[in-house]
Amino acid sequence: MAKSNEPIVWSLFSAGGVITAFLVPALILILGLAVPLGCVKLNYDYLARLLHYPLARLVLFVLVFLPLFHWAHRFRFTLVDLGLKKLAGPIAFLCYGSAIAGTVVAAVVLWQM
Amino acid sequence: MSKPYVRPMPADWWLRRGSYLLFMLRELSSVFVALYVLELLCVADRSRGGPAALETFFTALQSPGWILFHSVVLAFALLHTITWFNLTPQAIDVRLGEEKVPAVLVAGANYAAWIVVSVVLGWILLRH
Repeated sequence: MAKSNEPIVWSLFSAGGVITAFLVPALILILGLAVPLGCVKLNYDYLARLLHYPLARLVLFVLVFLPLFHWAHRFRFTLVDLGLKKLAGPIAFLCYGSAIAGTVVAAVVLWQM
Repeated sequence: MSKPYVRPMPADWWLRRGSYLLFMLRELSSVFVALYVLELLCVADRSRGGPAALETFFTALQSPGWILFHSVVLAFALLHTITWFNLTPQAIDVRLGEEKVPAVLVAGANYAAWIVVSVVLGWILLRH
């Protein structure tokens, strides 16, 4: 059988789907709506300390990098499904390339904290 | 050898049926989720400025534009979660002995775990 990148990108897509499904609704509900609307209060001293734990930064890294690859995989096929079949090659390159770039930025940001 | 015939597909095929539109919205959810995790990365970056910088960031999120954006992200995130869990029984064949575990139970286990994870996450974030 010919070698293919398909198992790698599919695994990243799948892992990104799982972590998004479990974590993102609560995060956006709490941090994006409940806190700004004043329903709950954040303790900013505590949050700043929390974000400096290596484990918290590792979780954040996974939380950024996997959904980016999940996006890349979905967006790639969505664009092709919308009729850009002839550009499938460059689209795949741009999508996975953006996800890789985002992952590198995430690693640098979280490393420097 | 002649080229295989590819049936031309209109660009608006996904507007022609409710289930196609839902499929397209599900695929689109990944765009909003990706934007949101990048926002979380900004939060992490701001935390270098200490608690005051974080407070400034979250205060800015009170503007109607941000609330609207976050409402849209929440709707797409829920669409992702629901479609993902409902597909799990089709992706994983769970068996107990010879018996196939019913799809409702497999999806149900995911929903139960989702609630537990969300509560724990809320507890971690909102501890004082």
